Amino acid sequence: MSGRLRVEWVPGTDELTGVCHCGAVRRAGNPAEIWDFLLDHPAHGTAR
Amino acid sequence: MPFPRNQWYVAAYGKEIGSEGMLARTICGEPIVFYRTSAGEVAALNDRCVHRRYPLSEGNRDGDTIVCGYHGFTYAPDGRCVAVPGQTRIPRTARVPVYRVVERDSLVWVWIGDAEAADPQAIPRAPWLDSPDWVTVRGMEPLAARYELLVDNLLDLSHETYLHGGYIGTPEVAQTPITTEVDEKAGVVYVSRRMTDVECPPFYARSTGIDGRIDRWQDIEYHPPCLYLLHSRIAPTGVAPLADGDDPRACHAEIVYAITPETETSTHDFWMVSRDFAREDEEVSAFLAESNRTVVLQDVRALDLLEKVIAAEPEGYQELSINIDTGGLAARRLLKRMVEGA
Repeated sequence: MSGRLRVEWVPGTDELTGVCHCGAVRRAGNPAEIWDFLLDHPAHGTAR
Repeated sequence: MPFPRNQWYVAAYGKEIGSEGMLARTICGEPIVFYRTSAGEVAALNDRCVHRRYPLSEGNRDGDTIVCGYHGFTYAPDGRCVAVPGQTRIPRTARVPVYRVVERDSLVWVWIGDAEAADPQAIPRAPWLDSPDWVTVRGMEPLAARYELLVDNLLDLSHETYLHGGYIGTPEVAQTPITTEVDEKAGVVYVSRRMTDVECPPFYARSTGIDGRIDRWQDIEYHPPCLYLLHSRIAPTGVAPLADGDDPRACHAEIVYAITPETETSTHDFWMVSRDFAREDEEVSAFLAESNRTVVLQDVRALDLLEKVIAAEPEGYQELSINIDTGGLAARRLLKRMVEGA
């Protein structure tokens, strides 16, 4: 587990995609929502 | 927000602390006097005499000791009082706090917090600052604003387009999407902006001599609370690094900031620009030093103004954040975690 959280700005859109080190992914329109998810989502390895 | 404690902060450039004299600087609200002993080590003492609180930095050096300029209390580099006026008995409590100091990569780092928790291995590195393969220009500007505003500023470089047009800002900076990463374990924020076939700003056009369109990479690495690294790559459009990672046709600049809180509403804004191109050209050094100082002063003016705005309004204002703030928000979260001691 790398411990890295990644947020990409989806090309051609105003959307962000957040990817947790466990593989969980969330797409949202603002960075605060993305960080809330990445830092607080439970059950690493199962959440999507 | 208060300062993160139990952290290393850049207190000075090594060259600011000579073999004579003293340097007084407040770091995270703590007044500290720095001086270099005859052994070449940097000593850091609380800048207040235990007697009547007179700043020791207003006194005099006597070899490796400091003599208070008010009544002559004399202190050794370890903070111990070794002489008091008119009597032979030195009170047992006559000692000023000292600070752990590490000099590395041309920077003087000071530990603010519990001395026993200080780990020099935790200091982030910037080796190009004293490497013979790089040339560095540097300065420091006082900022009348809280350090968090400088963190926000540096983590979102889209402001270059608007605040630094004609220097480092071009329209494409604000238009180019970013990728942000947080290494939770190491406590590092990365923000990457890779621009292709874009205008070359005057800052790089004049210093690199590259004519025409460029590929411009801005890869930020922020080690909260203090060290900010911007790995900047400038190359003619279409020129990529070689397969082995070597990158001989590009110009590289390492832009370093040390963001050191002075008080809750003022900051030491240390800035450095290292380059691997035109290393022998003193005109380029002078140009980059002058240009970067101008850019820093543009930030200082904006952030000083912002500090006044924030100070005048009630707490709890709900800011609006958009995509460009992804890195800044990540940095805020790490800083908050540090302040809370998590």
